[in-house]
Amino acid sequence: MTTSTMDVELAVPEAYWTRTRKTGAVMVVLGLLATIVFGALAGSENARFALGENISGAGFDIPGTFGAIFFGLVALAAGVAMLVTGRYFGVLTGVALAGFIISALCWQMSVSPVSHTMPLGFIAAATFTAAIPLIFGSLGGVLCERSGVVNVAIEGQLLTGAFFGALFGTLTGSFWLGLVAAAVGGALLSAILAVFAIKYLVDQVVVGIVLNVFAGGLTAFFYEQVMRPDTDAYNFPGKVPSWPIPGLVDIPILGPALFNGNIFSYGSLIAVAVVTIALFRTRWGLRTRAVGEHPAAADTVGIRVLGLRYANVLIAGLVAGFGGAYFSMLSTTGFSKYMVSGAGFIALAAMIFGRWHPVGAFFASLFFGFFGALTGFLTSISSPIPSQFLSMLPYVATIFAVAGLVGRVRAPAADGKPYVKG
Amino acid sequence: MSAHSPSDGGTSRPPPLTEPSGGARDQRRSELRLELRGITKRFGDLVANDDIHLTVEPGEIHALLGENGAGKSTLMNVLYGLLQPDEGEILVDGAPVRIKGPGDAIKVGIGMVHQHFMLVPVFSVAENIMLGAEPARGGFIDHAKAVKLVRDVSQRYGLPLDPDAIIEDLPIGIQQRVEIVKALTRDVDLLILDEPTAVLTPQETDELLDVMRGLKAAGKSIVFITHKLREVKAVADRITVIRRGRTVGTADPTAPESELAELMVGRAVVLEVPKDEAVPGEPVLEVAGLVVADDREHRAVDGVDLVVRAGEVLGIAGVQGNGQTELVESIMGLRPSRAGTVHLSGQPITTWHTRQVLRAGVGYVPEDRSVDGLVKEFSVAENLVLDLYDLPPFGGRFALDLDAIEAQAEQKIAEFDVRTQSAHQPVGALSGGNQQKVIVAREMSTPLKLLIASQPTRGVDVGSIEFIHSRIVAERDRGAAVLVVSSELDEVVALADRVAVMYRGRVLAIVSPDTPRETLGLLMAGIDPSSTSPTTGTPASGEQDTQGEGMSEHGEAAS
Repeated sequence: MTTSTMDVELAVPEAYWTRTRKTGAVMVVLGLLATIVFGALAGSENARFALGENISGAGFDIPGTFGAIFFGLVALAAGVAMLVTGRYFGVLTGVALAGFIISALCWQMSVSPVSHTMPLGFIAAATFTAAIPLIFGSLGGVLCERSGVVNVAIEGQLLTGAFFGALFGTLTGSFWLGLVAAAVGGALLSAILAVFAIKYLVDQVVVGIVLNVFAGGLTAFFYEQVMRPDTDAYNFPGKVPSWPIPGLVDIPILGPALFNGNIFSYGSLIAVAVVTIALFRTRWGLRTRAVGEHPAAADTVGIRVLGLRYANVLIAGLVAGFGGAYFSMLSTTGFSKYMVSGAGFIALAAMIFGRWHPVGAFFASLFFGFFGALTGFLTSISSPIPSQFLSMLPYVATIFAVAGLVGRVRAPAADGKPYVKG
Repeated sequence: MSAHSPSDGGTSRPPPLTEPSGGARDQRRSELRLELRGITKRFGDLVANDDIHLTVEPGEIHALLGENGAGKSTLMNVLYGLLQPDEGEILVDGAPVRIKGPGDAIKVGIGMVHQHFMLVPVFSVAENIMLGAEPARGGFIDHAKAVKLVRDVSQRYGLPLDPDAIIEDLPIGIQQRVEIVKALTRDVDLLILDEPTAVLTPQETDELLDVMRGLKAAGKSIVFITHKLREVKAVADRITVIRRGRTVGTADPTAPESELAELMVGRAVVLEVPKDEAVPGEPVLEVAGLVVADDREHRAVDGVDLVVRAGEVLGIAGVQGNGQTELVESIMGLRPSRAGTVHLSGQPITTWHTRQVLRAGVGYVPEDRSVDGLVKEFSVAENLVLDLYDLPPFGGRFALDLDAIEAQAEQKIAEFDVRTQSAHQPVGALSGGNQQKVIVAREMSTPLKLLIASQPTRGVDVGSIEFIHSRIVAERDRGAAVLVVSSELDEVVALADRVAVMYRGRVLAIVSPDTPRETLGLLMAGIDPSSTSPTTGTPASGEQDTQGEGMSEHGEAAS
């Protein structure tokens, strides 16, 4: 009996139109679009990329028309390379996308009536800031789904967290107690998901959607009835303390993003590390993954499948609820209706794009966060593109990433399947 | 429950993953006497176990014999704590114990190897083995220690394993070995093996029987659940027979097979399928150079050539997962082929849709009736017209003719002896055998050129097996070409006029069903005994040759 696998030796001759070639074709189209259209529209001014957080200081210049055409050609070349070789999917997709985006920036910046300069440090910081709630949300998704419970309720968990954080942060007068309340709020909503999904075996996607609507309606109601009439008493949580790390902050581009942080930004990095180590190095993590892949196998070695699922769904709620406080305590002060506005769904996409891995979800969140930051920047330089289209950018990127780039991913095998003994 | 034992060196005995807990465990170190008294388990109206008594002495291999659906697995799930009995008690070493879950079972020294392996496919061997009892330091898994434990135990019992291999890459036989080692690392003294040979080649089965003897020599007791008489006779010390949820007696392994079979089924059993010599006619199904990919884009069918003639049964033998499923699905148009051709009565059908293939006179009994064969919530009558509902007399342009469907159902229920309360009962409420009869009845309700039956009697009682086999032979005698795929070698040999053995997506040889079992077993393991050196697949020309031999052997047998 041999232990070699059947797969190693027998690969099927693939059809010509593989995922790489299809993506390559799309990139060729994008490259042509950039080269011709962006090149034609770009102005003669230089597009300036500054390294720091503001538009003065060191940087480099790219002539507008030249940059738009050159980087369009880069995207085109990468697309052609994908078509011809049918290989190097990751690298070439990255090059093509980067080329396309830089080409578009050269065009936009060279014709901007306001500013021809992009401060890269500011963009990096904005990317990370926009990614923070996505990181917490997608971690909540990973924790939940790795144990086999589908978490479509991330949006609701974020929103509940935002509401609880603002309300209790104001009532107690303590920013920190507000954060605790936010986490508890997310967990409360998660508890409903857990009971319906695990105990009553209700379809988990349906429960998740219902919970999103429920959380939206309930928080909006209390916002109108309680918070709005007396904002100072109920909706004025304290300011987030900022903790810059001296020295490291001054690193070009990435310094301001990573080292001029607060509880949310540092917390998100720590959370990614903790969840990764916990999932893949600890007893709890092994059992969680076993329960999400093959609950019967876990049951037959004496693991309490349902107990572990309850615990994971609740922890997911804590994490997402904590992240939700970002909205009402960092990005703005105070809660407002439906303020999460789809970030929970992008977090869900980040979890899938990140292949149910905490580190993958982290980078996927940054990817989506970058498009959020880009939207902000283009608006700030009075881009001729209508703002409605610009604000679609993160969502378009999401659709493109999940439908096109993510390829075939394998969810935990028992994800969404209730476990019934016997 | 998962504190690990710190005592590591010194003893030859591998350290248990779990600290023995409770005094009872310390007293019996490697001796365990198990007694089940009056176990009764009901599911609604159904009594799955009815006052069952069973005693397993230390160090014996005790066979639990019974047909599919007799209640063997229910009983063992009760013993392993997966189900709670409604009545009765379990005694370990004379003391009653309450087993509320598998954790309790392991604690009192009972381990189980399930029929469907309880292994996480994406985990490594070591991760699966340690799961639930992970050696850890402050919550962090001590991987090196787990690997060492796997090595120790597998060496001690002669069950070699690579601790870092991923389960889904391993052959079934090795996966089963992982399951056994998993139980042994938990220091159990009684091992339940639930239908362990169902997925194995004859050679792997022999290996397993040797492993069982080795475990017995090491003082372990084994409960061996099976319906295969040959294996019981080969290895068991005592036999308890269960029929319809009741213990109907104990038997000695020296008893003749016919006697055991009669005890198991409750009446005399015909162990062979009565059939006359085949009269092969024109080729009906011709498969040439077929290549099919599985779901993971691997070459599941790797250049298969087959011919099935009118009036003959071609049986495909082979361990499950060697491309049989993909071959059949590709012929039926359920799975695209990547190369090669399929002809039906000379007409190319390679790219046809499933409906076209069915309407061309092909009957198809899929291998998994609950997934592909039936809509469980639909009634028997509706399931009987699942692929005919749009044809007269059952359906017109706008509406179904419910009377015609009902009449058809009544007729088929009578003809195929389907035991159901009425034609309106949901098919999911029937027993496995009767569900299968519904499928067979449906597929035989139009005149067939070709019948393809995949695992036609899996999980079916003996009475239904006899019935389905006789109907398949009747189709052959009527002049249809029949392709039977089964992982049960006995079934293939009993039904087929020629036997094709598949291994790793290829047809290794086409031989007569009278070929010695050892030869067939070697072929199923990928070894062609007719060639001088072991091979992992013969070239296409070789296949042609063996196919010719098969035909000539068959001709000799006829004369």
